[in-house]
Amino acid sequence: MDMTRRDLLAWSGKFILLTSAAAAAWEHVLAGTPEASPNYDMTKHWWAMLIDPGKCIGCGNCVRACEAENDVPAGFFRTWIERYHVDDYDLEHPQVDSPNGGRDGFPDIYKDGGKTFFVPKLCNHCSDSPCVQVCPVGATFVSPDGVVLVDQKYCLGCRYCVQACPYGCRFLNPKTNTADKCTLCYHRITKGLTTACCEACPTQARVLADLKNPKDPIHEFLRTHRVQVLKPQMATGAKAFYVDLDGSVR
Amino acid sequence: MLHLLPGVEGYMYPNEIELQWSILIVLYPYITGLVAGAFILASLERVFKVEEVKPTYRLALLTALAFLLVAPLPLQLHLGHPERSFEMYLTPHRSSAMAMFGFVYLWYLMVVLLMEIWLDYRKDIVAFAESKRGPAGWIYRILTLGSHNVSPAALRIDDKVGYFITMIGIPSAFLLHGYVGFIFGSVKANPWWSSPLMPVVFIFSAMVSGIATVLLLYMVTSKLRRTQIDMRCVDTIARYLLYTFVIDFSLEMLDLVHRIYEADESLRALDFMVHTRLYFSQIVLQIFLGTLLPIALLGLMQIWKFSAGARKAVYAVAGSLTLVGIFAMRWNVVIGGQLFSKSFLGYTSYKMSFATREGLLPAIILTLLPLVILYGLVKLLPPWPKHEAAA
Amino acid sequence: MKDFLRNTEHLLRVVVLLALGVAAFLVIRAAVVPKNFGEYGHFRPAALDDIRARPVRFEGHATCEACHTDEAATKSKGKHANVACEACHGPLANHAEDPVSVVPKLPDVAMLCVRCHEANASKPKSFPQVVPADHSGGVVCNTCHKPHDPLGGA
Repeated sequence: MDMTRRDLLAWSGKFILLTSAAAAAWEHVLAGTPEASPNYDMTKHWWAMLIDPGKCIGCGNCVRACEAENDVPAGFFRTWIERYHVDDYDLEHPQVDSPNGGRDGFPDIYKDGGKTFFVPKLCNHCSDSPCVQVCPVGATFVSPDGVVLVDQKYCLGCRYCVQACPYGCRFLNPKTNTADKCTLCYHRITKGLTTACCEACPTQARVLADLKNPKDPIHEFLRTHRVQVLKPQMATGAKAFYVDLDGSVR
Repeated sequence: MLHLLPGVEGYMYPNEIELQWSILIVLYPYITGLVAGAFILASLERVFKVEEVKPTYRLALLTALAFLLVAPLPLQLHLGHPERSFEMYLTPHRSSAMAMFGFVYLWYLMVVLLMEIWLDYRKDIVAFAESKRGPAGWIYRILTLGSHNVSPAALRIDDKVGYFITMIGIPSAFLLHGYVGFIFGSVKANPWWSSPLMPVVFIFSAMVSGIATVLLLYMVTSKLRRTQIDMRCVDTIARYLLYTFVIDFSLEMLDLVHRIYEADESLRALDFMVHTRLYFSQIVLQIFLGTLLPIALLGLMQIWKFSAGARKAVYAVAGSLTLVGIFAMRWNVVIGGQLFSKSFLGYTSYKMSFATREGLLPAIILTLLPLVILYGLVKLLPPWPKHEAAA
Repeated sequence: MKDFLRNTEHLLRVVVLLALGVAAFLVIRAAVVPKNFGEYGHFRPAALDDIRARPVRFEGHATCEACHTDEAATKSKGKHANVACEACHGPLANHAEDPVSVVPKLPDVAMLCVRCHEANASKPKSFPQVVPADHSGGVVCNTCHKPHDPLGGA
């Protein structure tokens, strides 16, 4: 059958339209990867995390998710939950516990009186990090996109960084014999995913934030809420922001 | 108290329950302290012309060398990856006090200590190279570096160069040990460590321990060799030990009193010491037995005249107590600083193992090893004055 | 002058030895340290690639919802709208890679629900929590509650 020029044009138009639509749809199916690794530009991101202790229910999902995602050895914690119990105005003497890092929840021991709440903790990914400052060989560093990382192939295991961290978030991994800590799931966030702990949190008590992204909701949030960082007197440039943090929290 | 973890009282962040820096890290500053102190004693004669202590000059240098050779070993045993320690030379991170370790160590070993010993012993080395046979002879011939020139003119030049090296050796010794103090003193996260006084306290306690070590070694080796102990020498050393000790004690007390007085949230200090059983090692061992008692004994020797025998006994006791006391001081800094939580809400305990890589057994071996090396060095390069050729 | 040189010759040997040592060190350093060390800061840039190459275990709910559209639709209307799929179902990246042969095991409901919803005086008062024995008399939670839409219909 002969195709007229008009038929050819109509056919080509439909073909192009359909393939682009299919390509877009396929892209959408792969939606977990809006920025595939090779296209990730470190200079366009400055990672942080927003934590709302008021929303935390102490379920321990984040601790278990981090353990599963990052092969964290038992007894060590890249993230953990603390429970604070404050009697009235005595902010200097809270009762704090973190049974197995809060991994399996908390025993119900505060039945009456006082104020009790949970505080998720993790590496604060300080921009003026004291742990990076003391590393003798450059095995731990702040990446150009604001994540404090450990080079597992270079670390000597001297533990100076563990001593220098004011927040207790580092440990020596007995399997690799190197320093280890939360990586803000760098292998995930550079692929457009969120961190394992944020993914697993049922109440969005933890939310990943990209301070360099003008469309990130954190900017509006910071304008309208009060936030704090842990140990601000240490001037570490911590980037884990806590909403309405109680004065008793260490 | 809430937690059922053995050895934990109150709250510790989960990752800080187990101590990171063990007895080996207590041992390292102790050993480099002995090196620095022994060298300072040697320099008293060479630079400050205190010729009463000349009988101990060469012994002090060899002691420093024996301990310096062992110094990196506790660190290597402690590292998670000792095979990567060379990275400190390849890519030292200039903001880290620890990064200077490799360079300061090498500088002090090669340019200061080995050079000074070599220059002082060259005449003897050449003599041995020419007279001894067999493998010993070869060692001496290598040590001559191929030059047998021991003419008076060459030796005069050696002496001048040696003097110059001792001069730069003194600040080098301070740097070798002072930077360790800075490693602790610059950690803002740890209020027990963070203090500008830390490097100064470390240096003075190093001098105290080094002087006490040489004093004891001189007395012990003289006893073993059945030679007369030069009383003028040990009296002078004891005097310098006393002076240095008084300064050291004042500095340490200043630091402690200041912390207790300010009592900010980071240190309910006395409370912390009682809770962590640091009380025994700090108050009893370090302060009373290890500092006040030796100072009292040494001070007594300055006030009243005692017989030589009594003085020797007192110096031996005071010297030994000093060594225990300075070890306790290192322990209280390193271990003590890790016994309380950075949340300031709890305490943990140090579970020291025995026969593991970072246990008590390797620590004991590493403490005795320098004495073994010293024995070898003394055989190779006898430090005794000629007229005292062994009994 | 000649005398001086003769009498300092041994010192020159030391200097030469030290210089040789330094030279050897510089050669080793040039050979061993990666050329791009320090490009982004005092570290090995290849470390960033090492870390990015770590395996992903949680796929992320966006991928789950792309295939499991019915469950996604049900969940988005109920109280668990903001609970990610893998928060209950566990890490399932391997299932997303190979949906046919990797069949996930459904979570143990009895253990799963109480983790969040067992009453605990420490939890925020506004969070829905019950004492399981009083609430259901020991009957397992999904007898009455559909996990994807816990309060929607019996």
